[in-house]
Amino acid sequence: MKLLLENEHIEGIRYYEAYRKHGGYRSVEKALKMTPEEIVEEVKKSGLRGRGGAGFPTGMKWSFLAKPEGVPRHLVCNADESEPGTFKDRYLMEFLPHLLIEGLIVSSFALGSNATYIYIRGEYAWIPDILEQAIAEAKNNGWLGKNIQNSGFDCEIYVQRGGGAYICGEETALIESLEGKRGNPRIKPPFPAIAGLWMRPTVVNNVETLAAVVPIINMGGEEYGKLGVGRSTGTKLMSACGNLNKPGVYEIPFDLSVEEFIFSDEYCGGIPNGKRLKACIPGGSSVPILPANLLLKDAKGNTRQMNYESLSEGGFATGSMLGSGGFIVLDEDQCVVRHTMSLARFYNHESCGQCSPCREGTGWMYKLLKSLEYGKGRMEDIDLLWDIQRRIEGNTICPLGDAAAWPVAAAIRHFRDEFEWHVLHPEEAQNRNFGLAHYADPLEVIQN
Amino acid sequence: MADNIKVTIDNITVEVPMGTTILEAARKIGGDVAPPTMCYYSKLKGSGGKCRTCLVEVSKGSEKDPRPMPKLVASCRTGVMDGMEVKSMTSDKVIDARKGVTEFLLLNHPLDCPVCDQAGECDLQNLGYDHGNAGTRYEYDRRTFEPEDIGPHIQLHMNRCIMCFRCVFTADQLTNTREHGILDRGDHARISTCISKALDNDFIGNVIDVCPVGALTDKTFRFKNRVWFTKPVDAHRNCSNPKCCGEVRLWMRGEEVFRVTARKDEWGEVANASNGETGWICNECRFEKKETKDWVIEGPTKVDRHSVIAQGHYAGKVGTAGQPVLIDKVIGKQPQLTLDIHTVSDVNKPSYHLDQIEGPAHSDDFK
Repeated sequence: MKLLLENEHIEGIRYYEAYRKHGGYRSVEKALKMTPEEIVEEVKKSGLRGRGGAGFPTGMKWSFLAKPEGVPRHLVCNADESEPGTFKDRYLMEFLPHLLIEGLIVSSFALGSNATYIYIRGEYAWIPDILEQAIAEAKNNGWLGKNIQNSGFDCEIYVQRGGGAYICGEETALIESLEGKRGNPRIKPPFPAIAGLWMRPTVVNNVETLAAVVPIINMGGEEYGKLGVGRSTGTKLMSACGNLNKPGVYEIPFDLSVEEFIFSDEYCGGIPNGKRLKACIPGGSSVPILPANLLLKDAKGNTRQMNYESLSEGGFATGSMLGSGGFIVLDEDQCVVRHTMSLARFYNHESCGQCSPCREGTGWMYKLLKSLEYGKGRMEDIDLLWDIQRRIEGNTICPLGDAAAWPVAAAIRHFRDEFEWHVLHPEEAQNRNFGLAHYADPLEVIQN
Repeated sequence: MADNIKVTIDNITVEVPMGTTILEAARKIGGDVAPPTMCYYSKLKGSGGKCRTCLVEVSKGSEKDPRPMPKLVASCRTGVMDGMEVKSMTSDKVIDARKGVTEFLLLNHPLDCPVCDQAGECDLQNLGYDHGNAGTRYEYDRRTFEPEDIGPHIQLHMNRCIMCFRCVFTADQLTNTREHGILDRGDHARISTCISKALDNDFIGNVIDVCPVGALTDKTFRFKNRVWFTKPVDAHRNCSNPKCCGEVRLWMRGEEVFRVTARKDEWGEVANASNGETGWICNECRFEKKETKDWVIEGPTKVDRHSVIAQGHYAGKVGTAGQPVLIDKVIGKQPQLTLDIHTVSDVNKPSYHLDQIEGPAHSDDFK
């Protein structure tokens, strides 16, 4: 069942007329007749969990928002989708911008935000125009601005472009950046719900989370909560990429099995060229990688499903996370060491440099992985890598440290033999590019 | 006081007012219980939380909610709760994390202590002695930066910087114009003025005092002497600048004043002046008054524990302020403060008292 991408095939759905004709802005009409508390209650009942990665219950987050007298509150939409492998928000904003605007209006009303911000990733250079056009259309039709639909509620939505920093997807760094400062994460507490944007109470939510508010209001929180499995309610957008026949954005029900998602024709359509599945990162580059045998079935032998609980079954020892839904599939020819090196390079580049374990540790991990990948590593380097990631994880200000440490830890945990192969066969590791698919970019030969 | 709450750190209980951080509570106990700090500076608002050396384990959240905190927390930015139990040096997890952070901080540090003016009063040196390894496991080229001239008074050695942000807070809070800041991101983040510009205002010299390492040093003292050869003397003068307290520490050798700094307390921070405010000093006092006739000498400084001037005369607070001796409390961990040289060395016989020997002591006297 599709809730978010229901109308994606309709021509002109990007524009107001078509969107409105197919049931758009119904939820705003309905919401404006409710009280803000009732909307928060509906979202709580729906069991919606944050779609940005951490999976924190949205209704609970909203109810934490402090409401001091006379202090404006803000809703910020986190569209700084920079996690490698994740591009679901981009799809939503590009093809269904009005869905996000609609969700934002309802959520702003529920939270009492008169000035709502969309902080969009700098690399999405063309999307702010789409959003701004949608905002202008909504405004012309009386869904935004002063006294929306004669309800007495004022709301403006502003689009702010980021400068292209991954760290600004962290909510407090995003707020700092939105304030015009250096995008460094703040030290919590205080949490944004108490003191966020300009030290006012702020809620920061992912694009998909806010879009999901629309079906929740339309169908009622309880109905929405009945969809899905256990504490994973509703539907989820997955952005599938890597060695797949049909990579792309899919809206999935939570009871879908991982096997079906990868191999069925309705979804990713299997792995090209008849190759076998080697490993998969189920939720964006930060979550632990899983080998094929642990991906399709968990350690207890149960079929793994695409939901928060099932994917994290077994903890980090034998499980992973749903994360932000960036589903990266590696076939048998992919080299896990090279893959991990490339992720480590990303985290080294994107570390904000504020706290020492992440600033120094990510660079060190990248250098070690690089020397391993290029056949210059030693056996003790693998243990050293393990030691470094252990000392980064949990000791940093924001989750970027954890996000940098987890992929390295999981790669060593599940694919240690491949690291050892690189140490034992330095010549081959350098020249033959073990495990690399034929279409991968050729390795540069490093001197000495 | 009714408002005071009880917090237990390493099995020692103290009473502190509500709103105190764990670090400040630990400093009240003193000695090795206080976590090391590289970025936190109690006199600078908003500092702390960045270096992660002060991580502690909270084994009991509070009386009301006794759950332990899942991660190690930065003690400088975490407030105490009534009945909180904290493990600092008694937790293996904390010791391991501190070792890790020390290793990370030293990773790209040039270790040019032999030519560094900060050597001898460097927080990173102290941290390295306490928690560092003898060797490094890092085998790659260290990160280096292009040298940058930031003015006539202050020498910037970016390679030594550990990104504590203290100098940025100092410039923000003491001066009206901040000319320097952090540029770039990640391991290439650096202190800079961006457009080559001199740091130039009355109080900018204080960034030298707050810098925990030798990244910002005094150009008038550069390569002139080693810290441990100079003798600290407290002095004051009537400074015409209303914001300057005029109470300083002169670092002298013979009659010559080599360096003027603010007075520091036992935690290596600028101490409060006699008027109760933080004793920041102006550039004129720091850089221009280098004659003894400029100053009213008060007398020799009581050496603080951070300085090599102390040369082993460590006087910890633990055990001296009527508190139980640490060793009884901290099972199995020998704090360095109570180390007695005679338990590890037989060089000098402890039964000999130097004042019973006539004339200068000679090695023959100890045979």
